[in-house]
Amino acid sequence: MEARIGMRNIKSNIFKGIIVFFAFLITVPLIIILLYIIKQGAGQVNWKFLTGVPAPVGETGGGIANALVGSFVMVLTASIVAIPVGMAAGIYLSENPRTKLAYYSSLCVDILQGVPSIVVGIVVYFWLVKPLGTFSALSGSIALAIMMLPIVIRSTEQTLKLLPDSLKEAALSLGVPYHRVILKVTVPCGFAGILSGITLSIARVIGETAPLLFTAFGSPFVSAALGKPMESLPHLIFTYATSPYEDWHNLAWGASFILLMFVLTLNIITKVITRKWKIQL
Amino acid sequence: MFCIRNPKFVENKRLQLSNSQLKWEVLFKRILIAMSILLVLIILGVLTTLIIESMPSIKALGVGYLWGKVWDPVQNIYGAYPFLIGTLLTSFIALIISVPFSYAIAIYLGEYNPKGWLSDLLKNTIELIAAVPSIIYGFWGLFVLIPLVRELEIKFHVLPYGYGILTASLILAIMIIPYGASLGISLIRMVPSPLKEGAYALGATRFEVIRSVIMPYTRSGLFAGVLLSLGRALGETMAVTMLIGNTTTIPTSIFATGNTMASVIANEFTEADHTEYLSALIELGLVLFFVTVVINLIGKRIITRFTNN
Amino acid sequence: MENTIVKAENYNSYFGDNHVVKDVNISINKHEVIAVMGPSGCGKTTFLRGINRMHELIPGATSTGKILLDGENVYDMNAIYVRAKIGMVFQRPNPFPNLSIYENVVAGYLLNGIKVSKADKDVIVEKSLTSAALWKEVKDSLHKKGTFLSGGQQQRLCIARAIAMQPELILFDEPTSALDPISTSSVEALFHELKANYTLIIVTHNMQQAARVSDRTAFFYMGELVEFDDTKQMFTNPSDQRTQNYITGRFS
Repeated sequence: MEARIGMRNIKSNIFKGIIVFFAFLITVPLIIILLYIIKQGAGQVNWKFLTGVPAPVGETGGGIANALVGSFVMVLTASIVAIPVGMAAGIYLSENPRTKLAYYSSLCVDILQGVPSIVVGIVVYFWLVKPLGTFSALSGSIALAIMMLPIVIRSTEQTLKLLPDSLKEAALSLGVPYHRVILKVTVPCGFAGILSGITLSIARVIGETAPLLFTAFGSPFVSAALGKPMESLPHLIFTYATSPYEDWHNLAWGASFILLMFVLTLNIITKVITRKWKIQL
Repeated sequence: MFCIRNPKFVENKRLQLSNSQLKWEVLFKRILIAMSILLVLIILGVLTTLIIESMPSIKALGVGYLWGKVWDPVQNIYGAYPFLIGTLLTSFIALIISVPFSYAIAIYLGEYNPKGWLSDLLKNTIELIAAVPSIIYGFWGLFVLIPLVRELEIKFHVLPYGYGILTASLILAIMIIPYGASLGISLIRMVPSPLKEGAYALGATRFEVIRSVIMPYTRSGLFAGVLLSLGRALGETMAVTMLIGNTTTIPTSIFATGNTMASVIANEFTEADHTEYLSALIELGLVLFFVTVVINLIGKRIITRFTNN
Repeated sequence: MENTIVKAENYNSYFGDNHVVKDVNISINKHEVIAVMGPSGCGKTTFLRGINRMHELIPGATSTGKILLDGENVYDMNAIYVRAKIGMVFQRPNPFPNLSIYENVVAGYLLNGIKVSKADKDVIVEKSLTSAALWKEVKDSLHKKGTFLSGGQQQRLCIARAIAMQPELILFDEPTSALDPISTSSVEALFHELKANYTLIIVTHNMQQAARVSDRTAFFYMGELVEFDDTKQMFTNPSDQRTQNYITGRFS
């Protein structure tokens, strides 16, 4: 009897060992990747790198200002589109969870979450690029906005659902009209949750390449014109990484480092917001 | 009562405001509804655009398109079979590699060590893996993983391309681990403790509790996590495009080069110079859309059912 | 008639097909404290929420009949206006967590976008908090968040918030059911003082409370208004058998 218990305990401990091993093994590739990007990329970053445009083949140096400006302009435009639309739809879903429309639009959020980003690129190509006759930053922004929507909607919906009904009732009973109740009471009370969804969605799309391939395309010039093709950080990395020139590889490493820093910062901001918010609730 | 200077002030102001506010209220509600409808329209729009634009190819090639083994735009021959195989191979290999990891993480963070700094650290690591853009995985894979695979291929005496199904699958595996893992963590934490305690009270060891209580209880949910990871893997584009080698032949081994549906689209979409070529690519997108949507919806359904129980 | 502030005529409320308030006729005078009591699920809260048109905010909720406020049917008026004119205090204290104590009191003005000068606001805040017997306790921490107060203080803050809108009528939906006995007595004491300026309708499932605070009591049972009479009369000599059964504890 005792021997059997011993055996079972040993078995249990072996199992735990295997679990711990696999669970922590995953940190290894991540650390390797992060260190490698930092090692290759951090050294590239200097003032000229951040403010210059790419040098032609054969010349050394050059910078990624076109991609920095482009990513900023497109993510900003995408946010301007996606945040109001996403918040409005999220508010609707949390306020009217049982209507037919809520069922279908909620289903569509689920679908949208699973749509491969390359498919979004194809579709926006036919919606905007083909009719307008040119690749454009606008079409890239719309593609990114569509990618942002599900996260903004779900975070708005879930945050507002957590707020007690009594809050809304208190405002309504004071004769506050519905839109003011939502905009001045429920949204401010759930602000942190919604904000964290927004930063998370930005972190998600700032690194998206596939939807930009056939929409914003890319451009060697610094420009803020929404009607023209525009470069972006991930697209620049893709073009330069797959080119045969070492100088361009170095630019791509630097750009990867910058992109990684953006994504990390946005994720940390999201973390801080959610943590702070949870303490308050 | 109050000494507001004009006693009728509040009263009048109130009535005046409430009438104009009523209009805003209606407008506001309409905007909310409109935005929810917009969402449905986007999905319907995506679907119809894909169908309309792939119509030429559907008409010209029929269902046989899916089984056609040759893809040669120069000869105007389009068969999707090599890419279906490429997609399935990379996704399933990635899934097989990733499942032990995501299950281990889920069990460790869900059961062994749900709280504390070490578990926070590991959890943040998992989230970070999901946050790193796909292009960076691809770039890293291009310069670090490919030479490693090349050495491996030399040892196995196969042609040392470095590119190929295996390389793409390895990167994909890393990328999809977080999806299964983070879902698994929350599911395992939902196992009611009386259930576990009952087993412990009978003298079960930790391993036995996990095997005979936790795993059966969470099986369907963990499976849903696998489905969601699969959905991600099927649609993943950039990293795969950079590592798979981009050849249109049917892969014959895991060291062979190939193409996935997503990577063909990424590579050839802007080069497609005639209607049938472009349309054949879009049909790939349509197939990809359907497959990922169905897999995702099934996964989501299972999770909803699980959490409602 | 002059003295009537609220009058219900053949008033019915429904949740979908569920008929929860049945054909209620009642007439309430100014400066009265009315207790509305009855077993849970008898429709007393639904009736109360019908008076200021809060009932209709629940999906599927409808009502028929009239509620006259100063002779005018509230269902012919602008709902927003009705809610602003009638104060309401809820079961659980619900101060706005994003606003300070000061802002909570004038929330009705802030949230409605009614511009009031700082001096007027100061007056409103002090008067309302004084009326709600809270001024002394919070006057030094007006700019702290309202959620830092104790349960009883929060509930009095909610009363102050309702008073600040200068209503004639204040509805209370089981205002002490979430409070401890000491907080409860502080709120009850307040009812006596508020009576001078306002009409109060208090829904309660606590018979002792109804007996302690009200002038007249309405007894609801299964959606019907069974009896409406002087509180003393009702508790000593009810005219309906069902009321008799309820106050002697034969059903709950």
